[in-house]
Amino acid sequence: MLHEKIEKNVTLLAVLIVVAISFGGLVQIVPLMFKGAIVEPADGVEPYSAIRLAGRDVYIAEGCYNCHSQQIRPFRSETERYGHYSVAGEFVYDHPFQWGSKRTGPDLARVGGIYSDDWHRLHMIDPRAVVPASNMPAYPWLAERVVDGQAVERRMRALRRLGHPYTDEQIENAASEVRGVTELDALIAYLQGLGTEWTGQRAAPRAGGDS
Amino acid sequence: MSAFWHWFVVIITLVFIAVMVWLFVATGKARVPSGTNKEGEETTGHVWDEDLTELNNPMPRWWLWLFYGTVIWSLIYLVLYPGLGNFGGVLGWTSEGQYAEEMERATAQFEERFGELSQRPLEELASHPDALRIGRNIFAHNCSTCHGSDARGARGYPNLTDGHWIWGGEVEQVWHSVYHGRQAVMPGFGGALNDQEVMRTAVYVQQLAGVPVDASLAAAGKRHFDMLCAACHGADGTGNPMLGAPDLTRGIFIYGGSMDDLRYTIVNGRQGVMPAQRDLLGEARARFVTAYVLSLNDDRGGASSNGSRDE
Repeated sequence: MLHEKIEKNVTLLAVLIVVAISFGGLVQIVPLMFKGAIVEPADGVEPYSAIRLAGRDVYIAEGCYNCHSQQIRPFRSETERYGHYSVAGEFVYDHPFQWGSKRTGPDLARVGGIYSDDWHRLHMIDPRAVVPASNMPAYPWLAERVVDGQAVERRMRALRRLGHPYTDEQIENAASEVRGVTELDALIAYLQGLGTEWTGQRAAPRAGGDS
Repeated sequence: MSAFWHWFVVIITLVFIAVMVWLFVATGKARVPSGTNKEGEETTGHVWDEDLTELNNPMPRWWLWLFYGTVIWSLIYLVLYPGLGNFGGVLGWTSEGQYAEEMERATAQFEERFGELSQRPLEELASHPDALRIGRNIFAHNCSTCHGSDARGARGYPNLTDGHWIWGGEVEQVWHSVYHGRQAVMPGFGGALNDQEVMRTAVYVQQLAGVPVDASLAAAGKRHFDMLCAACHGADGTGNPMLGAPDLTRGIFIYGGSMDDLRYTIVNGRQGVMPAQRDLLGEARARFVTAYVLSLNDDRGGASSNGSRDE
């Protein structure tokens, strides 16, 4: 009897379970891997420069994604606060992406240009200095640590293998571009670029804005 | 989505639903019993651990009907909403469309309530209670991260309530600062002045601000000041709102007035940024928040206290 055969053979049972649950993935995930709007960069989106890439690593290493998301959903309540909703083509050079899943702090998908560099510097060293009610931890050590240029170069080579169109020149210059740059500088460069590149975003998607 | 992926999604989805229905129809029927247990009840026939058996009961009907219900629901859903490849559903729903509708509704509502109000002159808005209430909320959400919730600023960020304006306090100037933003461009003079000279210049700046200092050091510093600083800050140090060069004679230094702070500023320069609110807030809201900022000063003694306006 079939029932008995499946029930008594763990390997067969496991294989059939995998088959059964793979249908959802086949339909929802696989076609997206071949969809232009998702795998092609949005207009204006470029691979991260050496300094911003280094900043992105700091972002990941410090676990910023634990409290900050980087995806603006297409709801008015989100776009009023954060700007145009995010589109897939903005994340093609994010390996891995930093969408996050929790907002203890605000979304950062379009934080670029909202504050000045100096504000970020003060805020990282002591968040309470500029936002008295903030519960963000301070990151003073970032100002003392210097970015490892060799690591950035290696990272760019690895990303090129994943399909990021870095030129030889960009990779060769990476180490000199980040020479002497602190982790704080790199992180600020990364933050200031977030969400600013895509040229297709409407400038003011807010109620009562310019019509 | 290309035709291939369209049919890939359609076929897998529909075949999967069909197979699931078949599976439950086939296994939901009562089966021929294959054995009995010690109590003489019908079992499915196989035995684990010597005496564990499974009773030959069909699946509960309520559960089965619930399952068929989800199947029917999924088919209705796939007809109404996008799900089957390129088929957009007969309702024509999209998340972008829903968002656009939501925004349109909100814009219309905003226009109806505040559209006319927002276009009144800023001078009038600055004393209009509704405009100020909106402006205060916008300020709290957007501006207070730098200027503070009481608008008194912080180190590096100007106090908006003291009548001391870096970029000018006229209505048009404040509007420009809010709507188009400002970018200060004080260069660093670390290359032009040595430590000694920087120190003397800083002493002179303190003297300008009314701090009692060593007169001979200040006199030496004045020479550097006249050569390098006066172009923007003015020969008398009263600043130039056209360039965003602050008045140095009032003892208000947003980057700090101590010797160390002044020396740092002279050596490295300062490039304060006020982000343009045009793209962030849009015109109507920028007008309300500008009106609120203007009102902060009127509350504190009116136009007469804004001495720097005339400079």
